[in-house]
Amino acid sequence: MSTSATVHGGSRHHILSVLVENKAGVLARVASLFSRRGYNIFSLAVAPTDDERFSRLTIVVDVESAPLEQIIRQLDKLVNVVQISELAPEAAIERELLLATVRAEGPARVEVATLVAIFQGSVIDVGPDQVTVAVTGTPEALDSAEDLLRPFGIVELQRTGRVALPRLGARRRLTPVADRSA
Amino acid sequence: MELTGAQALIKSLEMEGVEVVFGLPGGAILPVYDPLLDSSIRHVLVRHEQGAGHAAEGYAQVTGRPGVAMVTSGPGATNIVTPLMDAMMDSVPLVVVSGQVPTTAIGTDAFQETAITSITMGITKHNWLVTDPADLPRVVAEAFHVATSGRPGPVLVDVPKDVSNARTSWYWPSADDLDLPGYRLPRAPEPGLVRRAAELLLGAERPVLYVGGGVIKAEASEALRRLVDLSGAPVVTTLMARGAFPDDDPRCLGMPGMHGTWTATTAMQRADLLVALGSRFDDRVTGKVATFAPGAKVVHVDVDPAEIGKVRRADVGIVADCKVAIEALCEALEELGSTPEGRARPGTPAASRPDLGPWHAQLAKWRQAHPLRYEQTQGGPLKPQFVVETLRELSPPDTVVVTGVGQHQMWASQYWRFAEPRTWVTSGGAGTMGFAVPAALGAKVGRPDRTVWAIDGDGCFQMTAQELVTATAERIPVKVAILNNAYLGMVRQWQELFYEERYSEVYLSPDLPDYVQWAEAMGCRAFRVESPEEVAPTIEKANEIDDRPVVIDFRTDAFEKVYPMVPAGASNDEIIEGPAQGEGGR
Repeated sequence: MSTSATVHGGSRHHILSVLVENKAGVLARVASLFSRRGYNIFSLAVAPTDDERFSRLTIVVDVESAPLEQIIRQLDKLVNVVQISELAPEAAIERELLLATVRAEGPARVEVATLVAIFQGSVIDVGPDQVTVAVTGTPEALDSAEDLLRPFGIVELQRTGRVALPRLGARRRLTPVADRSA
Repeated sequence: MELTGAQALIKSLEMEGVEVVFGLPGGAILPVYDPLLDSSIRHVLVRHEQGAGHAAEGYAQVTGRPGVAMVTSGPGATNIVTPLMDAMMDSVPLVVVSGQVPTTAIGTDAFQETAITSITMGITKHNWLVTDPADLPRVVAEAFHVATSGRPGPVLVDVPKDVSNARTSWYWPSADDLDLPGYRLPRAPEPGLVRRAAELLLGAERPVLYVGGGVIKAEASEALRRLVDLSGAPVVTTLMARGAFPDDDPRCLGMPGMHGTWTATTAMQRADLLVALGSRFDDRVTGKVATFAPGAKVVHVDVDPAEIGKVRRADVGIVADCKVAIEALCEALEELGSTPEGRARPGTPAASRPDLGPWHAQLAKWRQAHPLRYEQTQGGPLKPQFVVETLRELSPPDTVVVTGVGQHQMWASQYWRFAEPRTWVTSGGAGTMGFAVPAALGAKVGRPDRTVWAIDGDGCFQMTAQELVTATAERIPVKVAILNNAYLGMVRQWQELFYEERYSEVYLSPDLPDYVQWAEAMGCRAFRVESPEEVAPTIEKANEIDDRPVVIDFRTDAFEKVYPMVPAGASNDEIIEGPAQGEGGR
């Protein structure tokens, strides 16, 4: 689920915000569809919504594997998929969370803390020779943070994959794909 | 009213108007078989669960109503995986009810436990695991709704044993009670797109209506005939659409594609407009996509939005039920001045459309130069095409013909002259060998008033022949013509043509099994035919038998091949027509 520096703004990736029924097996249906049709998922985040009947998947898809339109239409055929919106990167707010355990002995500890503070992140756990930091931000910001943390020595790193919502000013530019006719 | 889950399930099937269920009981589905004894629903006890699935498909294909099959958990459920996949590929409304181990045992590797909803996720339109008996009526109603609406398809309802044993209050949901927030059906076609499609039709010099199985599913044959009258365009009917438009109409060019008629395939190649109606640009139709119908604009009508542009870009894509869309297209043509006699009202756009005369003249010339052909010599080896043609001549015009997959299927599609929809049942997209016998059984249950002939291959027959025991036991008098060439003939054909006659594992033997003895052991009347002279009298004898199944073992020429043929992956411009007349079949 880790991302590379080429993600954002790259035309190969699209963000789909998919509202699904909160029922057993729904994620498996989505994953099975992508696998069966040979579509690549770049990242996937699942979360409950304010309505307990639904969950929201934020899927970053690799459109080199198939045309976006075809991916969306096949996805929309899943009975448990309620609504699909395509979030154009320039019209979306995206956030991702990064947790990293980094080697940090002596003066390095302060350097790591200073670095993550620049990214509005924080040190959330401290050991004798390691610290764990949390950074929230855009995928590109996290790419930078990751690059800058690497020289200290990354012991473990976990990223969540992005979640996204449309920018308020751009809401009208959202494409309610599910209701779109050919 | 308080019922058990099993009783609620059977009552729900009754509410859905189910008249017959094909199935085979077992441990996990036991509770559901008990209330079946008291139900008006007929149960046909198959000998293998695959047979239940294909029988339900055959029933659905001839009646237009959903076919229903019931199986137990584990191997019972996995045995019906092939029919589910078959129904998915050919958009057949099929409802499978499977037993499941009790909810408390799910996940423990219990006896006959398998996660059938996971297994069938990609080969059903949708499936359900019911964990609360109170959900059963609603889920059954949802299952039938999903199976039969939009693009039809198979669904599976998995019912754990404790759910069918538990007690629940009976209710029957209204349409509003269905919990399907993500399931939408296409609305009426957009008038602007319909108008654009009509204009393209009126502007075309070489139009072809590319008719697929969706036309039959949508009961749109009548509408199609009107569209042909109004537009004057010729029709090709794909394997799934045989019978959607009558073969004896001069505007019908037959089946296109890999083993289609030369004229149907070439007409698409030369067309300047393809109007795809409920067809999906399958690789067996298009050949190499990059060179398929290179000069054609495309109007694509399909009830499934995902089909538009999946294989071939559509200039006009219309997401709608085929019947609704074709009727709208007809109205648009009339508004533009077309009349049902193929003329045009003066001063309208239709009056200035290109003359289709040259196109029809060209098609007629092609038809004359490139007919389907074979040669049956007296005393020579029995030709399978001759058997199919004779069978067609001697059987009632509304006979239902059912096939398996392979050479016999292609000959049946080529040489049977179809007059009406729902008289042809075959396994198209899936290519399921062994489909014919159980599907014929199901078709005969659905249309007991019709003669039902299965045209089968010897390889296919051996896969599911045991369902003739079912047919005898249940008094379902189907007829089976085995085109016995002692080979897995289509594979043999490919090995002959593309693997330098290196025959690998395709020989089956004409005598092992002895098909006549085998059929008789299963309670059928059975005959063997070895020479052309015996064909007609034996078929006549078979057609008179109506109290039990009949099997005819036709010993056909093993060297005969299916032509025309477009090799896999080749362009549809590269049609192999086979040996010239008089050269024989080898």
